[in-house]
Amino acid sequence: MAAIEREDVERVARLARLALTEEEKALFQEQLGAILEHVRALQEVDTEGVEPTPYAVQLTNVLRPDRARPSMPREQALANAPQEMDGYFFVPRILEE
Amino acid sequence: MELYALPAHALRQMLDRGEISSVELTKSLIERIEAVDGAIGSYLAIRVEEALKEAEEADRRIREQRDVGPLTGIPVSLKDNICTEGTRTTCASRMLENFVPPYDATVVARLKAQGAPILGKLNMDEFAMGSSTETSAFKLTRNPWNLERVPGGSSGGPAAAVAAGATVMALGSDTGGSIRQPAALCGVVGMKPTYGLVSRFGLVAFASSLDQIGPMTKDVKDAALLLSAIAAHDPLDSTSIPGDRADFLAELDRGVEGLVIGLPVEMLGEGVAPEVREAVNAAVGVLEGLGARVEEVSLPHVRYALAAYAVIATAEASSNLGRFDGVRYGFRSREDADVVTMFETTRAQGFGAEVKRRIMLGTYALSAGYYDAYYLKALKVRTLIRRDFEKAFERCHLLVTPTSPTVAFRFGEKADNPVAMYQSDRLTVPANLAGIPAISVPCGVSQDGLPIGLQFMAPALAEPVLFRAAAAYEAAAGWASMRPPLEVK
Repeated sequence: MAAIEREDVERVARLARLALTEEEKALFQEQLGAILEHVRALQEVDTEGVEPTPYAVQLTNVLRPDRARPSMPREQALANAPQEMDGYFFVPRILEE
Repeated sequence: MELYALPAHALRQMLDRGEISSVELTKSLIERIEAVDGAIGSYLAIRVEEALKEAEEADRRIREQRDVGPLTGIPVSLKDNICTEGTRTTCASRMLENFVPPYDATVVARLKAQGAPILGKLNMDEFAMGSSTETSAFKLTRNPWNLERVPGGSSGGPAAAVAAGATVMALGSDTGGSIRQPAALCGVVGMKPTYGLVSRFGLVAFASSLDQIGPMTKDVKDAALLLSAIAAHDPLDSTSIPGDRADFLAELDRGVEGLVIGLPVEMLGEGVAPEVREAVNAAVGVLEGLGARVEEVSLPHVRYALAAYAVIATAEASSNLGRFDGVRYGFRSREDADVVTMFETTRAQGFGAEVKRRIMLGTYALSAGYYDAYYLKALKVRTLIRRDFEKAFERCHLLVTPTSPTVAFRFGEKADNPVAMYQSDRLTVPANLAGIPAISVPCGVSQDGLPIGLQFMAPALAEPVLFRAAAAYEAAAGWASMRPPLEVK
């Protein structure tokens, strides 16, 4: 039995917004399966009652005064846009007509 | 000795005495790049005009004795995931091939403010994902010690450039060993600071809870100097540790007498190449000879570090790399019949195979039904690894291990086998998971003439003692003066 099914690969690719070729799907099915097999070793570890560590250095509620500051000029913010129009980012149609 | 072979602290004295100017130094490095980098391939961009202009300004400051700091006039090069205003920052990816950042990373702003010319941008694994620099979308970087071997990764460009004398010093980034492993494979010094010591603002994010920028240099003193220049609290990075930074140079000459150094048994056994183990054992002998007490310690959960890292790093990456969608910056596919097709084809065409693989793995680990089993489980194992270190540091000031289980490998040797490639990071990922500082220093060469690296790890914020031990070892062992036998065009 494959550690990860073809449908899983397709489901995850959709979630990740990646259009994969048939060859990539086959390759990732095999490689992700091999990596997950290695990762399954984690299940051996007894973590009953252990808190997770999302960040090694615990900093909470980092606050700064809420003061208005100059922000990046519009032209500069748009300078790297693949497509812009009238000072906005331009994207393909999202809603049906 | 040629200028390109000298460390920054030696060049500092020459600049201050007026024996050389920053412009002369910068020009000599540009000549060196022209002579050797055709064969090495460490640079993606060289800032010839800008760096010379910055050098002129530095010379003015030195002449007028105005705001002269340790790095004024000393050229520095940067891994290409560190944003430079007006200079392309590509992450060695098609996705950012033409991206020109509108701002400098905080580390770059700090270097510029101190008058260090920025010489250029260096090759890397795409989005810092890899251990050989082979996943770069643009070029191969070759190991200066043997052009048939990889330089390590992901900071392979910085490591190769420093080793080849194609820069004085460089900044890399380290998520799971990406500074230390290439430093070891190229025979230079590479240091990963305590998480939160250096600002990540302007570092293109890979795994935000693990990423740190750090120095890659010719010797330990230069690493301490460069870290001093970049480490500071930054309000633009919410994970930046508040308050002042320690004096990283203060303890450099104190030696190791009286220090207790732990040797984690789990990190010197299986999978470590015999010649690497021998070199590390010899280094331990040197440390004992200098008066350190070396004791075996156990870190029982580090054997799970790579598995936990694979889940945590890819989960964070899958989230961070969501921003590359062809809307605000970067590559956009021409297949734009509708917005979802545009997203999916932009990402399919803009990312290389390793980046896609990691996004897929991370998305899987975070997806409904798998979150608890993979992601949450990995975060709990991370806690156990952190506790192992805390316990070891109750007895020891430092820990010492090999940096990489092997010397530099051949191109293609592991490129098709991700699980084998990930093993390269086996000894470096624990420090990232625990958030502690670590440094790699050269500790010998293999029979094939390839460098071997020794890793020291210290408790969080204990950089001064880390540099102290590394400097003492370096001075006694003498590997710092070792340079690759490069043919010059």
